[in-house]
Amino acid sequence: MKPFDYVRAESPEEAVALVAGDPGARFLAGGTNLVDHLKLRVATPERLVDVSRLPLDRVEAYDDEHGRGLRIGANVRNSDLAAHPEVRTSYPAVSRALLSGASGQLRHQATTGGNLLQRTRCVYFQDVTTPCNKREPGSGCSAIGGYGRYQAVLGASESCVATHPSDLAVALAALDATVVVLGPEGERRLPLGELHRLPGDQPELDTTLAHGELIIAVELPEQAVAVRSTYLKARDRASYAFALASVAAGLVVEDGVVREVRLAWGGVAHKPWRAARAEAALLGRTLDEETVREAAEQELAAARVAEESAFKVPLVRNLTIHTLLSLAGEDR
Amino acid sequence: MDATLRLRVDGTEHTVAVDVRTTLLDALRERVGVTSPKKGCDHGQCGSCTVLLDGRRHLTCLTLAVAHDGAEVVTAEGLGRLAARADSMPGSVAVEQALHPVQRAFLDRDGLQCGYCTPGQICSAVGMLEEAGQGHPSHVTEDLAADVELTDDEIRERMSGNLCRCGAYRGILDAVRDVARPQEPTTEPTTGAGA
Repeated sequence: MKPFDYVRAESPEEAVALVAGDPGARFLAGGTNLVDHLKLRVATPERLVDVSRLPLDRVEAYDDEHGRGLRIGANVRNSDLAAHPEVRTSYPAVSRALLSGASGQLRHQATTGGNLLQRTRCVYFQDVTTPCNKREPGSGCSAIGGYGRYQAVLGASESCVATHPSDLAVALAALDATVVVLGPEGERRLPLGELHRLPGDQPELDTTLAHGELIIAVELPEQAVAVRSTYLKARDRASYAFALASVAAGLVVEDGVVREVRLAWGGVAHKPWRAARAEAALLGRTLDEETVREAAEQELAAARVAEESAFKVPLVRNLTIHTLLSLAGEDR
Repeated sequence: MDATLRLRVDGTEHTVAVDVRTTLLDALRERVGVTSPKKGCDHGQCGSCTVLLDGRRHLTCLTLAVAHDGAEVVTAEGLGRLAARADSMPGSVAVEQALHPVQRAFLDRDGLQCGYCTPGQICSAVGMLEEAGQGHPSHVTEDLAADVELTDDEIRERMSGNLCRCGAYRGILDAVRDVARPQEPTTEPTTGAGA
């Protein structure tokens, strides 16, 4: 690791001020991703501002001008969030997504905010001996034409084909979560779907957050479609591996017709991919295998694949069929 | 940049000076002198460095020591001793030789070959049993609202963060199962002596 200074922030405001005023400073929360990057020299901050002891560790109901739902502090540990009774019953996709990620140990360490800000697991990004536009802008992309099993097939660019690794983010994208962010000017709120960005020609930027902006909470709106939700993940091992492709879905069927549907995909893009086109194609339709297949294929029409990533298109389509038909089965 | 921090490790207070880049794993092994947490992959992939940090299983290789000033750490080395001290005289021979039930089960069930992953496996198993006792679900739990029953699939899934290159998984599963689901003593009538 390169030498750095360490300071423990006493309040969220102090943490923001310390990082916003210092281009070489970074927030440290659970550290499961950042400490690894310090060792690999993927990250070389001059100062770490530890936010892990800030009192942002509560899960509580909210009922205010923004609506009703569950507010999750940024320091809530993944294991605690997955096991939370209200999350298990009212937002099962969130529990399922968290439980499919990492190991028991890592889930105790990882935080809600940090999970959303973890960086790609693209092997070239993590290997500082290879060119990577995300790690070192302008150096080139080793992944294009290289090892392609984990590459993006939607929304990628000539600069970057990396995928976002968070399972939680995919579930939150499907369930219309809001991210509450503290910056030097105060709080702002943004839909989860606007937190991450596509690579374009600036793949070094994972999110739309400014330097020094701190995620302080995530809000999950109360909704029937979240109660009937789940998360399905395909990976190379039965456990403890990142997604090749994943599906978060919520569904409300009445009289055999889709009244509400939420669909997001993981492992296929630089961000959690909300499949809005597929959702629109399913609304008002009778749910059966052929309908879901057509809807998924509409969404996937824009897919661009390499030889090694071509399998993801039928994989995510079939995962979507399986997931939605399973949810519909529970509805009957 | 250096920092001085306090750690309570296996029941003993330590004050150590470290460079802030020091992981908790290196602080335990090289400053405190407790070498039961092992350095395997050093990247959070193998679980060999697992300890109980403030009561929960935790990877020490992806943890900066300075971020855990004041923490309570229990390693595989201290597990049995701490359990025995609760109802016996500290420092006695019985206490020093005491084994935690999970450690006893690993011996009984041959849950180790080279033994390098064993301290991490044991800490992970102890933490996992506690989580299951609190009703935490896992990836293979079918009904998120139901009580947790530690089937073999549940044990495998919950232990999946700990790798063993010897392939002692069968023995590890048997050992954890023994503690998770203790069998009733057999009541079958025995056949006659010498039969």
